[in-house]
Amino acid sequence: MSKTMAEKVWEDHVVRRAPGEPDLLYIDLHLIHEVTSPQAFDGLRATGRGVRRPDLTLATEDHNVPTIDIDKPIADPISRAQVEALRINCAEFGVPIRPLGDAEQGIVHVVGPQLGLTQPGMTVVCGDSHTSTHGAFGALAFGIGTSEVEHVLATQTLPLKPFKTMAVNVAGELPAGVTAKDLILAIIAKIGTGGGQGHVLEYRGPAIEKLSMEQRMTICNMSIEAGARAGMIAPDETTFEYLRGKQHAPADFEAAVAYWRTLVTDPDATFDTEVTIDAASLTPFVTWGTNPGQGLPLGAAVPAPEDFEAPTDQAAARKALEYMGLTPGTPLKDIAIDTVFLGSCTNGRIEDLRAAADVLRGRSVADSVTMLVVPGSVRVRLQAQAEGLDAVFTAAGAQWRNAGCSMCLAMNPDKLRPQERSASTSNRNFEGRQGPGGRTHLVSPEVAAATAVAGHLAAPSDLNELVEV
Amino acid sequence: MEKFTTHTGVAAPLRHSNVDTDQIIPAEYLKRITRTGYEDALFSAWRDDPEFVLNDPAYASATVLVAGPDFGTGSSREHAVWALNDYGFKVVVSARFADIFRGNAGKGGLVTAEVDHAVVEKIWEYLDAEPGTEVTVDLQEKKIRVGDIEADFVIDDYVRWRLLEGLDDIGITMQSDALIGEFEQHRPAFKPTTV
Repeated sequence: MSKTMAEKVWEDHVVRRAPGEPDLLYIDLHLIHEVTSPQAFDGLRATGRGVRRPDLTLATEDHNVPTIDIDKPIADPISRAQVEALRINCAEFGVPIRPLGDAEQGIVHVVGPQLGLTQPGMTVVCGDSHTSTHGAFGALAFGIGTSEVEHVLATQTLPLKPFKTMAVNVAGELPAGVTAKDLILAIIAKIGTGGGQGHVLEYRGPAIEKLSMEQRMTICNMSIEAGARAGMIAPDETTFEYLRGKQHAPADFEAAVAYWRTLVTDPDATFDTEVTIDAASLTPFVTWGTNPGQGLPLGAAVPAPEDFEAPTDQAAARKALEYMGLTPGTPLKDIAIDTVFLGSCTNGRIEDLRAAADVLRGRSVADSVTMLVVPGSVRVRLQAQAEGLDAVFTAAGAQWRNAGCSMCLAMNPDKLRPQERSASTSNRNFEGRQGPGGRTHLVSPEVAAATAVAGHLAAPSDLNELVEV
Repeated sequence: MEKFTTHTGVAAPLRHSNVDTDQIIPAEYLKRITRTGYEDALFSAWRDDPEFVLNDPAYASATVLVAGPDFGTGSSREHAVWALNDYGFKVVVSARFADIFRGNAGKGGLVTAEVDHAVVEKIWEYLDAEPGTEVTVDLQEKKIRVGDIEADFVIDDYVRWRLLEGLDDIGITMQSDALIGEFEQHRPAFKPTTV
């Protein structure tokens, strides 16, 4: 029978199937971090259970860690307790850990791929919704709750009911200056924050095939913002070349590639749902509201509640505009920004830093703007330094930080103040996400850098016009 | 998880509807890193009130909570079940439970006994007249007995089976241990390890 890629990966991991019961699926890779794992380890202790496969488990410290003064103890006692608990738990249960200060420390979803641990056809889970990132390799990767973390630690399996499948067909090619981040923000705006509910999204089409692995990760990362369980992209030569030579790449690489090639969706397979988006018509995209579906092309103006048909959308817009302190009709490019955050599991990889550095080279961050550049991992930081990108950022007046989740979420010292407005390359613009009262506009790395220079939301092409004036 | 067949214990009347999970355990307690020890957090916003039912010495050893409808609405926090367990509750009786709370309760070994609200009212009246009365919750028969009151309750069959057998989700999966081992024998050699 014809199958989609998600169905093939699922089928290859069924340990047990019985009528009327969820399938028991084997988990190939379990990533853990300090926030959602302590109670899971506590549960193991209480029941006298161990970790079945520590060799398929990897821990990193990311959510709570500071990005400056990382050689000093973590100041916040709760953050410190969570990080210390992770270290103790990993030592007690024999789980490999990449702690603060380790050369492989970083955001869990940056570390896994760069080590070559994320490979096509795998099942990957983590107590973190942005686990969908790993689907860029053709892996079935999704976030789980703390009880499920305990379940995977104890059994390396999860009982699951099958997901539905959705094809996201991206027709045409992305125009120059339009990035993967713009594309995924446009997709979320189109299908809505609940549009993917219960589904695994498969991003397909020529525009997707042309993306680099890091750009594909940006796309799959935000599948959760469309409400989906997971996002996937078919493995191809780009995937294989990215993995070749990585630390944990298969020794018998060709045998693996032969299997990986079989994973693509069969030509006559059907999806439960299909949507199509035209890449060629896209321009840089930003969010104006307080959910990731409230986005518009950068050239547009702040919408009015009446612009929406559904009463619930009108109410949501009204509430968002009030929280964001915005007036309908204001051109988005007129919105002044206080803080620019470049980083996160969405856009904290080396290509993201290169793209931003290309915009900032020879330019300066506006006096009114604070810009944080936070590499997604220690390895990304070292690579950027080897390429001289850190010098570009600091010369422009941006702050060059250490690796971590940083200002993506208000769990560490990097936070917005109330009413402070950010342009952020992260993934969520929820109320208070970047700090109580903080106002977030989600953007691409290129728009983030241009915004830092202009002092208001801007694309790199706007900077050229500024120079001419 | 311990097997649950029949439980007899003191029932406490909680005369509130829509007891959401923020009331069961406020968000400030979610920063803790332990799985147990949440007994002090249960209903913490209400515990300072001397009139609160759990501050009545008659209900000091309560193990069955008889609550108004729509118990456990709001945030999905698993801590709500942990806090009820840690305080000593084995059963919550209500006319309606929020879906996520009911699911979490089943995982945590807490029985959610769904009855008509008229039954809840009758039990409340009985307890008002006879504070500290013990009730019996018979999971095998799906019946609650208090004094001369006997009522059927509703609980998901699969959850009931798990509770009767004393199986948590992990325990159930561990019954497939041999199958998991067999699966592992056939995993492709090229799959990565983290060590």
